Amino acid sequence: MTTNAILQIGLYLVALLGLAMPLGWYMARVYSGTPPGLAKLLAPFERLLYRLCGVKPEDEMNWKTYAVAMLLFNGLGALLVYAIQRFQLALPLNPQQLPAVSPDSSFNTAASFATNTNWQSYGGETTMSYFTQMVALSVQNFVSAATGMACLLPLIRGFSRKTTDRIGNFWVDLTRSTLYILMPLSFVLALALVSQGVIQNFVPYQTVPLVEATSYDNPLTDADGKTLLDDQGQPKTEKVDVKEVALPMGPAASQIAIKQLGTNGGGFFNVNSAHPYENPTPLANFLEMLAILLISAALCHTFGILAGDRRQGWAILAVMTIVFTGFLALCAWSEQSGNPRLTEAGADQVTREPYSTERVSERWGTKQSWDVRPDAQTGGNMEGKEVRFGIVNSAIWATATTCASNGSVNAMHDSFTPLGGLVPLLMIQLGEVIFGGVGCGLYGMLIFAISTVFIAGLMVGRTPEYLGKKIEAYEMKMAALVILIPCVLALVCTALALTSDAGKASMANPGAHGFSEVLYAYSSMSNNNGSAFAGYNANVPFHNTLGGIAMLISRFWLAVPVLAIAGSLAKKKTVPPSAGTLPTHTPLFVGLLVAKVLIVGALTFIPALALGPIVEHLQMMQQESKP
Amino acid sequence: MFRETLKQFKPALLFLLVLTVLTGVIYPMAVTGAAQVFFPKQANGSLVMINDKPAGSELIGQAFSAPKYFWSRPSATGPFPNNAGASTGSNLGPTNADYLKAVKDRVDALHAADPENTEPVPVDLVTASGSGLDPHISPAAAEYQIHRVAKAREPDEKRARELEGRLRELVAQCTEGRQLGILGEARVNVLRLNLALDNLAAKEAL
Repeated sequence: MTTNAILQIGLYLVALLGLAMPLGWYMARVYSGTPPGLAKLLAPFERLLYRLCGVKPEDEMNWKTYAVAMLLFNGLGALLVYAIQRFQLALPLNPQQLPAVSPDSSFNTAASFATNTNWQSYGGETTMSYFTQMVALSVQNFVSAATGMACLLPLIRGFSRKTTDRIGNFWVDLTRSTLYILMPLSFVLALALVSQGVIQNFVPYQTVPLVEATSYDNPLTDADGKTLLDDQGQPKTEKVDVKEVALPMGPAASQIAIKQLGTNGGGFFNVNSAHPYENPTPLANFLEMLAILLISAALCHTFGILAGDRRQGWAILAVMTIVFTGFLALCAWSEQSGNPRLTEAGADQVTREPYSTERVSERWGTKQSWDVRPDAQTGGNMEGKEVRFGIVNSAIWATATTCASNGSVNAMHDSFTPLGGLVPLLMIQLGEVIFGGVGCGLYGMLIFAISTVFIAGLMVGRTPEYLGKKIEAYEMKMAALVILIPCVLALVCTALALTSDAGKASMANPGAHGFSEVLYAYSSMSNNNGSAFAGYNANVPFHNTLGGIAMLISRFWLAVPVLAIAGSLAKKKTVPPSAGTLPTHTPLFVGLLVAKVLIVGALTFIPALALGPIVEHLQMMQQESKP
Repeated sequence: MFRETLKQFKPALLFLLVLTVLTGVIYPMAVTGAAQVFFPKQANGSLVMINDKPAGSELIGQAFSAPKYFWSRPSATGPFPNNAGASTGSNLGPTNADYLKAVKDRVDALHAADPENTEPVPVDLVTASGSGLDPHISPAAAEYQIHRVAKAREPDEKRARELEGRLRELVAQCTEGRQLGILGEARVNVLRLNLALDNLAAKEAL
């Protein structure tokens, strides 16, 4: 990797970890009901919301009521998203007169946005009206993220409280997450993005002339929509001249800010944050990448503070950062190494740094002083990537968006090198616990921590404890569910899709890569990620339905057992640490937890990965060595 | 349990309604208002205005195929390249035979347009961008095309050589380095470059 690549990765990690600390402290204050500084000004609004909705904030719930409230709220939300899509033609703010979305696609999108997955089987600018984008999708961006954060809090309270069945009030946790955290951060980020060129307006698509007119051959069809053939059996075409082009418009920035901060990932446009109107400059890209992991990283500190031992938060954050950095390095290296087949085809993939002056004067003379050397290029595997981001920013984004359950993209993962594409795939398959979705990533990781102390306890023959609570059979049963359900879902759904005609028909690439596309699609939906090997045509009833069900299961069948664990832990007494207690803030525990996450992921998925990216890598290398 | 569910139904409905208004209406309106006041040009698509008429957006790339223009990166959008209304990447895998053939064809097309230049082609000029609308090419990709553009605009060999120097300056003017010296990659804005080129040509009848 180049010096600049290491510098950009370093800068990213420093900014992320540096901002996570104050934000984590702020969130701890908010969730304790004592927001600091200017945030106090929002307190009257908070009280107004409770009054409007008839909720008494001091009435805490047991875990079952909490779960019911959460499920009802999300269920109704999904219904609303479904209804708005079906009726968007009759609703306002639809200047392009986009028609109603099909029932299966509407179901898939409703499930997708209510579960914080934001898998998109549709293309935004050609499918969704401004009204649908705002009132259906943007809202779910907020509330599905707030739901994830809300479901984390009972688990933390389970550790910090004792002998009670009260684990908090869902409406309070939901409101505070939205009002104090997600909305202010999104507002600031949205404006910062607009300053870089992300659009934010309500005007219809703008038509601009092309500098050089172009044309294309449009196949002619008869009245039944069948393609007409000429005498030689070739499709008949007519030449269509294109002298101008429509630029898409809309309120993009406000949605992009929350799609990143809330680990949602559903883009305003089809190509998500590769689109220049969603992600116009390297600075915008940096801010968007920071936003992907920021809240999830900060919640580790919030957890440490609320649990009464900040070191516990640091330990979890260390685990996440270690795994993230390791896989990021693999992805960046593989993408920068490029595709040997392209060099054979006559492409130049060598990196030439813009500011190095080596051999420049030899070729262009010394008279001119160049700010950027004239033959500078990023090189590497540039298919599906944007020049302004180059290799390293595409790799950081791909790794961050898949380890957090974000799923937005700034480059097409489908066109990554086999090993470069294996990284995002495996990051999803690790269960979205390396940072993970806001709230749900951390509760997933805490479940891994619980099962790690359990295994460590088995090794030394003592009752395992975590944060002063005994981990017993009930907690372990629930933890096993949380860890295994996404794995089973991903593999079973992949198998179902592969054995169906619909599954095979949707592949865009032949051979091992086509298999990777299916595996990626169902890993993504079964772990609530939402990114894709996007060549895969998932917008057919089979995938929309199966994927929609997978997303619903993996979101709510994980959240409910987590709440059950929270309820069970809160009822227990706290045991003081003894000589036999495994400390959970040490490098030893960090190492154990890293190993646990990697081993579960590896044992489950390496056989499947061997059929996809690994075999494809070997094919790519073997073809290189042919004479 | 059933009574619990009924009891939570009302707040669930009300919270959904209230939060929909708050995050789905008030929030985007507030962002739009602030954006239109502070950053009107960016919020409306960074349009390039010539004689008060929009002549494109500096963020949305256009396709060029005439030898006298600098070419953008290949685009996978349909039915014509750089269709801003239907962004997409090619999504072709690295070992897909169709993909490798497409790259080879693009390399051949560039060599055919400029037979004297036999060097390997900068990779971004023969691979489709992620959005299909990439407004930039690498400085190397612009440098690679200078010889062809100069020859297409100036048949006389000696004067074409002189023009190359001026084109190199024009490219340098349309080149951005890394943002803040660190972020992203160096790049050349193709639309701005070609508009500047037409401007130069109009002045000097090239």
